[in-house]
Amino acid sequence: MLEKTSVKPIDKVVVRFSGDSGDGMQLAGNIFTNVSAGLGNSVSTFPDYPADMRPPQGSLSGVSAFQASVGKGVHTPGDQCDVLVAMNPAALKRGYKFLKPGGVIIVDIDSFNESGLKKAQFETEDAIKELGITAQVIEAPITSMTKNALADTDMDVKSVLKCRNIFALGLVCWLFDRPLENALKLLKNKFAKKPAIYEANAKVIQAGYDYGHNIHATVTTFRVETEDIRPGVYTDINGNTATAWGLIMAAEKAGRPLFLGSYPITPATDILHELAKRKDLGVKACQMEDEIAGVCSAIGAAFAGNLAATSTSGPGLALKSEGIGLAVIAEVPLVVIDVMRGGPSTGLPTKTEQTDLMQALYGRNGESPLAVVAPTSPTDCFTMAFEASRIAIEHMTPVILLTDAFIGNGASAWRIPEADEYPAIRTPYVPADKVDGWKPYHRDPETLSRYWAIPGTENLQHRIGGLEKDSDTGAISTDPINHEKMVELRREKIARIANDIPEQEVICDVNADTLLIGWGGTYGHLHEAAEDLNKAGKRVAFTQFRYINPLPKNTAEILNRYKTIIVAELNTGMFADYLQSKFPNLDIRRINKIQGQPFLSKEIVDGVTKIMEGK
Amino acid sequence: MEENKFTPANYKSDQAVRWCPGCGDHAILNTLHKAMASVGVPPHKMAVISGIGCSSRLPYYMNTYGMHTIHGRAAAIATGFKVANPEMTVWQISGDGDGLAIGGNHFIHAVRRNIDINILLFNNKIYGLTKGQYSPTSDRGFVSKSSPYGTTEDPFIPAELVFGARGNFFARSIDVELQVNQEVLAAAQQHKGTSVVEILTNCVIWNNGIHNFITDRETRADRTIHLVHGEKMIFGKDKNKGLVQDGFLLKAVEIGKDGYTIDDVLVHDAHCKSNFLHQQLAMMDGHELPLAIGIIRDVEGLTYNDEIDKQVAEVRAKKGFTCLRDMIMAGETWEVK
Repeated sequence: MLEKTSVKPIDKVVVRFSGDSGDGMQLAGNIFTNVSAGLGNSVSTFPDYPADMRPPQGSLSGVSAFQASVGKGVHTPGDQCDVLVAMNPAALKRGYKFLKPGGVIIVDIDSFNESGLKKAQFETEDAIKELGITAQVIEAPITSMTKNALADTDMDVKSVLKCRNIFALGLVCWLFDRPLENALKLLKNKFAKKPAIYEANAKVIQAGYDYGHNIHATVTTFRVETEDIRPGVYTDINGNTATAWGLIMAAEKAGRPLFLGSYPITPATDILHELAKRKDLGVKACQMEDEIAGVCSAIGAAFAGNLAATSTSGPGLALKSEGIGLAVIAEVPLVVIDVMRGGPSTGLPTKTEQTDLMQALYGRNGESPLAVVAPTSPTDCFTMAFEASRIAIEHMTPVILLTDAFIGNGASAWRIPEADEYPAIRTPYVPADKVDGWKPYHRDPETLSRYWAIPGTENLQHRIGGLEKDSDTGAISTDPINHEKMVELRREKIARIANDIPEQEVICDVNADTLLIGWGGTYGHLHEAAEDLNKAGKRVAFTQFRYINPLPKNTAEILNRYKTIIVAELNTGMFADYLQSKFPNLDIRRINKIQGQPFLSKEIVDGVTKIMEGK
Repeated sequence: MEENKFTPANYKSDQAVRWCPGCGDHAILNTLHKAMASVGVPPHKMAVISGIGCSSRLPYYMNTYGMHTIHGRAAAIATGFKVANPEMTVWQISGDGDGLAIGGNHFIHAVRRNIDINILLFNNKIYGLTKGQYSPTSDRGFVSKSSPYGTTEDPFIPAELVFGARGNFFARSIDVELQVNQEVLAAAQQHKGTSVVEILTNCVIWNNGIHNFITDRETRADRTIHLVHGEKMIFGKDKNKGLVQDGFLLKAVEIGKDGYTIDDVLVHDAHCKSNFLHQQLAMMDGHELPLAIGIIRDVEGLTYNDEIDKQVAEVRAKKGFTCLRDMIMAGETWEVK
């Protein structure tokens, strides 16, 4: 049973600009506020000046801050901020306690030198560590990049440094998708009589914006809160961390070590970061030389007896295709995580989409079926990463886990599971009574999975690989009948996973005539829309698929129950096409959005209403 | 020393070997069986991982764990395998096309990381399985099906790549040099870190005689030198030639002629940290200077897999978590009753 999940587009964003009193924080904050107001946001601000008129530069008493709360229904400047801009160590020290869980800190790392740290009374060289900050910190070299941006002007150093605030403003504008045009207008008015200063600030704000673009800086502009009312211990988690932890849980439950082979790629890199830290749990996470080496090292690790995974996003999945095909034919357990982003090609690296579905299902040469699952929320990433691992091991197959930028970066409170909450994973070792005469492609008669002979075990030496093998002897075979048999066995093996996954559940008004269908990370928005529709008297049932291939066994039965079927997804209709191919008699209606942004509930409500009204 | 309980037969699988009659790969396979028996690696503690190409069929002929993978990726797969299961001895089998063209990136990075695997590189300077295209080790101007007017590019010299990637072990042999083959394979097995063994092989079908200049019985002794650590660099049919230093370069001389004595002849030091001389030795091609076979470089270094294991042990001891829940509970949490 899926827990109720609600998406809160952070309608309110609180940004706290803080720095030395001479750093122009008030100006940066004011411009951000005005630009946001110009976009139709309501705003509320709170300038937080130092008490002294001329406090020593860089000191704690000299910190000046400007807190801007912008968005829908904003009535106060907010108690806590989503983003803290700290232009020096003192500003960080004074401001970090205002940060919300899951917030982001931007620091001018250039100012974290010996003298700056001393003035702010830090005792060590690592201010972040000393304050015990666990939030995401963007260490931007603001001073040096401002200097670089203005290197070809004849401004003196002091004037150049006065533009640092505007660099920070540019970076904040990138984070919150604020177009620079309006900020430039405001700057032009402000410096109407000083065109040279305007020109300098215009350059610097663009440089700050471009910097955000170049480092793929992102903040979560959504909270996808899973409402879990069970008592227990909770923590805050984002989808990528949840994915990493789900793999660890699976490794513990399978009694096999965890290996990750990966390569940095937005927005999936945080999975690599998290697992690299988890050497403290025995995890081996290797940053390889490319995406191909990422999947290939994982295949090697899987053959060697580990729970093996590789993490990536769309373009990386394309590069891994041949490797995944090898895992299909060699029948080794492998978890491939694709945190989907906008495509094709490099596309929209920081934005979300569901456009890799067809690639996951079919993007390989030959007949190469595999399992595909898709979590519905940041916290569900934990469960589905566990499920992907369980299916991979119990059925000896690669499994693709399709998360996306939205749930991968989205955060939520999460109840930490008790040790016995997740089932043990049945590792299909060669049964003792079958060791005699065992060959590598002998199968469990029930699941059709082959057995996992862990290298290092005496008397189970065997050879597998990318060439077709004889179904009995395991030797290379080009026999036509054998090939067709092996193709069929591999297909049937994946199909039988349906015996081993939960049935699909329909919620909301299950007796309605209309069924709204989604899959993966759109759950929160679709669920909210379905509830809103029912509240408005437009009866609609709702179901969200997490097991994509194979589909749950009762899928056909559910689909046949409804007169109108609507699939809503963040692509041009891939899941709808997929369902159509499985159930050709259905008349599937579609709601699609391909803007790199999640759905808004209202878009779904409007789309469903139109279809219901026959428009 | 513990008596060795393995014989070459323990490493042979039941599969019929399907390389062409006369192919150099047969001899190397037999030597690998012998070398592993001599070192005493238990067959169930050994994995042989290959890419695609004629030589990459080798795992099927070994009674060990084995994986015949995809073109060019064996080094990456072998790396993951070794990290995941460091108790295993890992051999990677590649050809010049598999290892240095499509797999070039993985090859240099495996060497750079110094992962403890043994890379056996069969160099026949041709694509055999796809029927005769030039490879990245084919000489400039080489005429093949895909270069009917001769190639217009320079080849890789595998040793040079190994040194460029800061490799610690490089040895070379020729398919017909059975003694040297066994010596270099056993040494590669005993070296900790990435060991690269290049074996010049003859493709009887598509590139017959490509190494004849070196391998010809009449002239082989004068065109090759068998380097042995701690021994004088002497070669020639009559063992009367030697390598001496000539400024920063090497020179071949006749001992007792032009004032050169045996004392002038260099002694091979495979363990020297600097690879300067190793590189010069490895670049000799049989023309002015004899082609070097044997163990050219064999230097100890930190291995990728050992260092990972060390970090894991250190961090685990320091943090003391027993399971995932332990680790999460040590972070920021709150309780709901």
